[in-house]
Amino acid sequence: MNWNSPAEFFAMGGYGFYVWGSFGVTTLALLIEPLLIGKRQSEAVKSLQRELSAKERSQ
Amino acid sequence: MRMLTWKYASPQYFYPLAGKMIPWFAALAVLFGVSGLWLGFFVAPTDAQQGEGYRIIFIHVGASWMSMFIYLVMAFWASIGLSFNTRLSSMMASALAPTGAMFAFLSLWTGALWGKPMWGTWWVWDARLTSELILLFLYLGFIALQAAIDEPRRADKAGAILALVGVVNVPIIYFSVKWWNTLHQGASVSLTQAPSMAKTMLLGMLMMALCFWMYSIAVALARVRAIMLERERNSEWVTQLKEVQS
Repeated sequence: MNWNSPAEFFAMGGYGFYVWGSFGVTTLALLIEPLLIGKRQSEAVKSLQRELSAKERSQ
Repeated sequence: MRMLTWKYASPQYFYPLAGKMIPWFAALAVLFGVSGLWLGFFVAPTDAQQGEGYRIIFIHVGASWMSMFIYLVMAFWASIGLSFNTRLSSMMASALAPTGAMFAFLSLWTGALWGKPMWGTWWVWDARLTSELILLFLYLGFIALQAAIDEPRRADKAGAILALVGVVNVPIIYFSVKWWNTLHQGASVSLTQAPSMAKTMLLGMLMMALCFWMYSIAVALARVRAIMLERERNSEWVTQLKEVQS
């Protein structure tokens, strides 16, 4: 075990800003990207549904 | 086998298959990610020279590897699409580009945050850093070029040519630390030499790289599904989908 306390863990031996800046932004990016794709997928489905119902009404 | 390959090369069959594969790759990404973070923060020892600051390595190396690897895969699919005119291959290339760009950005970002405390600077115009920046621009150029062309098949072709020309940059990035005098350290992992770092450090790094790899597969499959719906909007199989019908 490298750490004796949570404070020590967050301080990262004085490199906290750099280490957490790296891990923080990476985590954020890896969470946002799937959300954006989910949005794109549901928008594609919604627009297909709109098209389909428009076609049904015109028939 | 040949028949099976052809069958799944058509969006109609690949769409549900991709949907089934995504949760598995996502689960693997979480599994590798948790074990990699645990190894990286709690098992791997403090570095003798860089203290705790070196722990950026656990994401920096994986992100850099993925940024190069995804580019090669993207160029591969783009070239298949270009030579055989297969729709799905070109869609796969387009689906990979944003994820590759993200990893190239993360490689530069974590590199800057690592460079500042260790080298005393966020950025230097040396071979490794500059060629990685060019990689990011190649991804962005690919995305912008495809977005600028309305007709999808023409966009595929133009993108494929850009992607193929840019391939030359990948070996330049990889070997830059050998070919030029640079501030950047040499390769962290070598196929010909025994690992120079502690086993637990190496293992943590590999786990994180695997996490990024599995993540990339899951995300690219999810994105290619959305692209299939957008591009195949007028074909029968799309309108027959359960999620569209309901």
